[in-house]
Amino acid sequence: MKLKKFFEFAFSLIMPAAFLCLWSFIAWKMNKPAQLPAPGVIVDNFANAFDNFIGLGSIPRNVAYSLTRVAIGYSIGVALALPLGLIMGYYKSARLFLENLLSIFKPIPAIAWQPIVLGWFGVLSIARVFNLPYGETYAIWDNYKISMIFLIAFGTFYPVWGNVVFGVTSVQKTLIESARVLGASTWDIFFHVLLPGCTPHIVNGLRMGLTSSWVCLVSAEMLPGSMCGIGYLITHAYEVSRMDLVITGMICIGFIGALLDGIFRLISTRCFTWASHIQ
Amino acid sequence: METVIKVEHVGKEFDPGKKNALEVLSDVSFEVKENEFICIVGPSGCGKSTLLRILSGLESATEGQVLYRGEPLREPRREIGVVFQNYSLMPWLTVRENISLGLKFQRVNRQEIRKIVQEYLEMIGMESFAEAYPHELSGGMRQRVAIARSLASDPDVVLMDEPFGALDAYTRILLQKELLRIWNLRRKTILFVTHGVDESVTLADRILLMSRRNHNIVHTYDVDMERPRDRTDPRYGRLTQTLLEALEQEQVQEQRLR
Repeated sequence: MKLKKFFEFAFSLIMPAAFLCLWSFIAWKMNKPAQLPAPGVIVDNFANAFDNFIGLGSIPRNVAYSLTRVAIGYSIGVALALPLGLIMGYYKSARLFLENLLSIFKPIPAIAWQPIVLGWFGVLSIARVFNLPYGETYAIWDNYKISMIFLIAFGTFYPVWGNVVFGVTSVQKTLIESARVLGASTWDIFFHVLLPGCTPHIVNGLRMGLTSSWVCLVSAEMLPGSMCGIGYLITHAYEVSRMDLVITGMICIGFIGALLDGIFRLISTRCFTWASHIQ
Repeated sequence: METVIKVEHVGKEFDPGKKNALEVLSDVSFEVKENEFICIVGPSGCGKSTLLRILSGLESATEGQVLYRGEPLREPRREIGVVFQNYSLMPWLTVRENISLGLKFQRVNRQEIRKIVQEYLEMIGMESFAEAYPHELSGGMRQRVAIARSLASDPDVVLMDEPFGALDAYTRILLQKELLRIWNLRRKTILFVTHGVDESVTLADRILLMSRRNHNIVHTYDVDMERPRDRTDPRYGRLTQTLLEALEQEQVQEQRLR
């Protein structure tokens, strides 16, 4: 049994290993590090992650800025999408009232918002909005531009909202009726039936929202006024022809994104086993 | 004996006035006395489930009215419990939490809830499954929990909408016995909808036969047999035969009308 597990594990590693080999081989044949650096160079970047890269600071520093931006934008996006989704799922009138408007904006990708967001907010940052005094704190909070947060929050909103509305409307009618005949008030039905009944969908929405906000991060960090973050590291590294850093940044984005997604998946399978058993 | 439920000329039409209007009940009247066990039998589509939904207050009648102890019934009320056919337990709650749900809605204090729930867990013989989730239970166990949940709020009347309809034949007979045993412990007025003739003869004091042809109760049978009933009793066989013949007769007339 153990041997079988080992072989399965080894089998799943064949393709990634083959990819690395092919990459090394092509990089060696091409011998143009400015276009395709060898994998070793990237490994080297990660090994020296705390060095100051092209004047932008260490990799963990940039990752930390990016994660904080996502945390702020994501929180705002969730704070708007969750209640709105619940209300629209519960009240048909709210759905009729708002659905058309929200659906129009839904297909617009975050990147298409860039110009208009820049026009509105420019390089306005949280530090400026809260009128922080000049100094170290100001310098830190000046890195969180309103435009970036807007894009990230926008990217979070739709997946969360959509899943919550679907979740609330898909709670079985029998469950609501059983609660009603047991003497549940409207309030009880909301908190004891609809909300728990759609939590798997909410968690799923939160998970998709997080992936989406992480994707929007890169376009947000490419906005003018950005001075740090993994997305900015990628654009800036390109400008100074450091393809190895571009790839390092890409791997960071992929790895952290997958990690966040994995954490969410773990939570949903741990806490909501019942959801996979509903007919 | 006091009348608990009085159904007065109840009619129900879905989408009235529209092209696809559908009449499912027409001028239904009957009375239910305290502690009676009534079975409503009829072919599928005769409106028996709709009738039960109207009695529960989940659906409203388009004509006539239902009186519960003299008061018109307009919405679900605590005194009238319902056991649905299937999938009515909250899948995210354990057996214990499911049984306590009604008491929680009525803001009964925690200690009291614990006591009552324990009592019902014992009554249905599921103490060892108290912390299990519905998806871990068999269909028969789930329906036992659904019955316990409904009884835990101490309703006056219990409406059952084909509660054993989705179970296999053997489990169904087992649960019929269970139900009668529980009914002996906690006398309630029960209205039990079924399409099983045998089921109705086993359970009921009175059987109402509904027809799909005129959306109404066409026959009423009093079941004068002591419980537990014996399937080999000639009276049992005779009544079953009478009911089956009446149902067949209905079908024949329905086809003639077409």
